[in-house]
Parts: sequence; structure tokens; C-alpha cells
Amino acid sequence: MTDATTAPSPRMQRSITTPEGVMLHVTLAGRGERFTAVIIDLAIIGAILTAIVAVVIAVWSDIGGNWAMSLAIVLSFGVRSFYFMFFELRWQGTTPGKRLLELRVIDRAGGQLRPNAIFARNLMREVELFIPLSLILGGASMMENLFSLLWIGVLVALPFFNRDRLRGGDIIAGTWVVETPKAELLPDIAETQPKNELNAVIQFTPEQLSIYGVYELQTLEQVMRQDGENSAATKSTVALTIQGKIGWQSPDEQPVDPSAFLQAFYAAQRGNLERNVLFGKRRENKFDKN
Amino acid sequence: MPDLNLRSYDFRREREKSWRELDDLVKRIRRSGLSKLSASELRRLPELYRSTVSSLSVARSISLDRNVIAYLESLSVRAYFCVYGGREGLLAGIQRFILQDFPSAVRAARWHMAAAFSVLFLGCLTGFLLTLGNADWFYSFVSDGMAGSRTPTAETSVLRDVLYKSDDTAVDRLNAFASFLFTHNTRIGLLSFALGFALGVPTILLIFINGLSLGAFSALYASRDLSVELWAWLLIHGTTELLALVLCGGAGLVLGAAMAFPDKYSRMHSLAVKGRMAAVIAIGSIGLFFVAALLEGFARQLITDITLRYLIGGIALTGWLAYFIMCGKGRYTNDD
Repeated sequence: MTDATTAPSPRMQRSITTPEGVMLHVTLAGRGERFTAVIIDLAIIGAILTAIVAVVIAVWSDIGGNWAMSLAIVLSFGVRSFYFMFFELRWQGTTPGKRLLELRVIDRAGGQLRPNAIFARNLMREVELFIPLSLILGGASMMENLFSLLWIGVLVALPFFNRDRLRGGDIIAGTWVVETPKAELLPDIAETQPKNELNAVIQFTPEQLSIYGVYELQTLEQVMRQDGENSAATKSTVALTIQGKIGWQSPDEQPVDPSAFLQAFYAAQRGNLERNVLFGKRRENKFDKN
Repeated sequence: MPDLNLRSYDFRREREKSWRELDDLVKRIRRSGLSKLSASELRRLPELYRSTVSSLSVARSISLDRNVIAYLESLSVRAYFCVYGGREGLLAGIQRFILQDFPSAVRAARWHMAAAFSVLFLGCLTGFLLTLGNADWFYSFVSDGMAGSRTPTAETSVLRDVLYKSDDTAVDRLNAFASFLFTHNTRIGLLSFALGFALGVPTILLIFINGLSLGAFSALYASRDLSVELWAWLLIHGTTELLALVLCGGAGLVLGAAMAFPDKYSRMHSLAVKGRMAAVIAIGSIGLFFVAALLEGFARQLITDITLRYLIGGIALTGWLAYFIMCGKGRYTNDD
């Protein structure tokens, strides 16, 4: 989950360069989420297979046992082998399970997600998912020797042993599974805070605006977007701290409304920093001597 | 309202409308898919996407409003999913696959195919020679379930009957048989592709073992002077089926080779490029397995004439070879 104020940990962040040449950041899906998505998909596959068996039993006497049997064999094979491929092809790299958990398959290089990549990542499911599954459920006698068990164990554990959480299918398809980001466009603080005639009175000198940097500005943005029960107290503490630090005095010696002060300061500070950024001087934080 | 004189603020006010429009479009696509959009909306999507991506670039360089940048980044990523998430029509995709992607991928991997075929041939030869020398080998190469009544101790007449049995093969039983064959063989084929991930070793073993049992059978029948009949029985569908097995095995070897001998970039890069190409071959071979199962389940049981059996097998092989050699001639365009 990503919203405007809590950035995801950089360990999970990857960047892709889109065909337009712009770098975008994506967040890798967690192993737990992917596991849950697979379980949901497997449950759906199970439900479809059950439905097929029910239909076959229902039409058994009508169309003859052999036709019913062959129908069942081909249909179950089709569902099991092509469920993931079908949805990832039709739903742009998602399946019902992935969709519920807001996950998506994308091309690692940032290009178009092509059908061949979808084939590749889902063909590997046979050895990564269905064979281990049938071993657990106690079938497949030919796979029971130690070497195959070991090998399949390695494949299943693969997502735990690489930074990108790739499973075998992702490796040979060149894909990532990422989260769908969520962020709302919030009102610009520079204009939304309660207007107050004091705004006109609250003025800053260039010296007062040259103390803080981008980091402090964006921290202030975060503080001002809070609306918890303690937010008023936090704001007034922050307002007092800033006033002390930059040596700002209320013109008429009266204490000003903290929100109004912070808003005015934010707007002025951002204007000042952005102007400097345009001239190539980006002051990262208050320790930046630049 | 104070005179803000903020460039980033004006910038946002100018562009915000088109961001919102893209946001709505993306939300609708998420709910009901690309196909529900009207033609004009479909045209609008990439335009809006590009302008938003360029907004993001501008915002990164002029704006210090963290929320705006985070929002634009998220919107761009979500729109990127829609624009580059793959959206070829299913029919157009299948057509392209059959006419272009599949045969050119097979051509690109022709040496791997040759290697897979050699392994199959070697397995067959080994199985044949060993079993011919000592019939006991037959039991090591062919599992009991597969052999059924066809063992070295069986009467020659029993062995011959298997090739022509027609008493209980009423047509309505055949389709169940054919569908079983199809799913079984396809699983083996796809498995031999996926196992290529282990440097190709299990793939080679799997093909070799298949060759061994084939060789053991032909030795058994050769010892009773039934070779010509057996191969007629095998090749009517076998040219297609063995070809499909070779394709899957070759695809597995492509994967194994990419793992063992990475290209000039990196192992991950070479696996991704070669893996996608090999997967195309493996998917395409499902079609061959399907044809083979039809031939095996229906044609073989209904046609008992030896010449006709050879003829059908030969025509199938010629057809496949012509398809792979000629169809969609040109560069392999799949790995972008």
C-alpha cells in the first residue's frame, strides 16, 4: 500500500524506463501477497474442475460415457494449463487472484508485456506449482526420487533466494510482479488552508527562507496533511519551532494562528526553493551548504 | 487568496484536468477492461498517458510538492499498465503466432532441435541394440503398464493383434482414448520444456528414456519379423508426435543453454530472451500433440493398411517440415 505520505521501503522499489524514456518506480509484490493470489486462483480452478465433473456426471447417460469422459479430460486439462495464460493475456497481466490483491505482471525492461512472456512464465508453473502440488496430494509416483524432490524444492524456494522475488517463470519470461500503486491527488496546501487576513501580514525575509531545504519543506507538507487528534498540538509545536529557528516575530506582537503561519511559511518557502531549483540550486536539507 | 506566484502551482492548475481525465479512464479500464472503451477513448488513452508522463518529468524538475509527484508517479504507472500491459486482440494474436512467431522461433532454434533429435535417435538405437542382444533389457526400458500384453514372452500373434486390433475399438471409445493421449503427451512435452531450467539435463534424460522404450519395442517386434508393420503403426501419428517431442525437448535445451552459456549481457538477460522464444515453441507444440492424438486415436485405429499408414505419416511429416521451413520467413521479431 502506498499513499501520499508513506513511501514504500527502497528495498522493494525498482525502476523501469518506459518507451517514452521516462523512469517510473514500481513496488515489487510481497511473497505473501503473491502466495495468497495463487491460492485464490487455485481455489477458482478447483471450483471450475468440480463444476466440470458435475456437468459430466449430469450428461453421462445422455451423450454416452466415453464422450463425457473425453470432454472431461480435455476440459480439465485446458482449465489447469491455460487458466493463468488466458487471464494474463486478456486482463493485461492480471488474474482474478492478482486482481483482488492489486498485483500485476509487467515486463522487467519496461516494454510491452508480450504474449510470449505470458506463455513462458506460465509454462513453468507445471514444475513449480502443479508437480509439487500433486506430490503433496500424494500422486505422481515417477517423481518420487530424491533428485526430483530436491530440484523441485529449489524451484519452489527460488523466490526466497533472490532480491526481486522472481520465480522460475519470471526469470525465463523477463517479468516482475508488482503492486498497483495508489495515490490520491490531494489539494495543494499552498492554497487550501483557512484563509486569514493575517496571511497578508505574515511576511518573510529572504534570509528567513534560506534556512531550510527540500527535506524540511516536505516534512512540513506531511505535518500539514495530518488530521489526527494530536495534529493541532503538533502544528503549534512545529510553528513555534520554526519561528524560533528563523527568528520570526509577529508584527503586532500577538501570537498568530499556527495553521495560518505554517501555510504562509510553506507557500513562501516552497516558492523560494522552487525558484532556486530552476536556477540549478537545489538545497536538499538544512545542512546543505550549497 | 494570497498571490502565490508559484510556478508549480500554476503548472498543476493548467494540467490537472487532463490528469483527472486519465485517472477516470484508468479506473474504468481496471473495472471493466480495455474492450469496454469507445474508439475515441481508446485514442485518447495514449495521448493522455504521454502528456501525464511528461507532466511527471516536469513536476520532478520544478515542483517540490511531494503529493503531486507521488500522485503523478502512481498515475503514470497505472496508465503504463494499461498502455503497455499487452492488448493484442486474441484472434490477431493467434494468427500472428501461427503464421510468424512459432515457425520462426523453431527456425531460430534449429540446432537445439537437431540436438534433441539426436538424443532421441541415440536412445532409440541404444534401446534397440541392447534389447536385440538380450530380451531382458526390455523390462528395464518399458514399464509394465506401458507394455501391457506386449512382452518378449508374448506369442507373435498377440503382438500382431495389438497393431491391428479392431474388435473392441468402437468409434465411441476412441475419443476418450485420443483425449487421454493428448493430455498425457502434452504434459510430458511441456515438462521436458520446463525441466530445461535445470541446465537441460532432465530434458535430455526424458527424451533419451522415451527413445529407449521406442527402441526396445522395435527390437521386440523386429525379433518376430514384424518391423514393417510396427513402424507403420508407430509412424502414422509418430512423425507428428515425435516431432512435437523433439520441439519441446529442443525448447528445453534452448533454456538450458541460456542458463549454462549466457549471452554477452548477463545470465538473467539471456534467460529472459531465450526463455520467451523457447516458450513460443513449447506452446506451439501443443498443436502438434493435438494433431498427433487425433491421428493416433482415430486414423490409426480405423486405417489398417500398411501403405496408407506410411503415406499418412509421410504426408504429415512433409507438411510440418514445409511449415517450419517456409512459413513467416524473415527475422525472428519476437524478442524486442
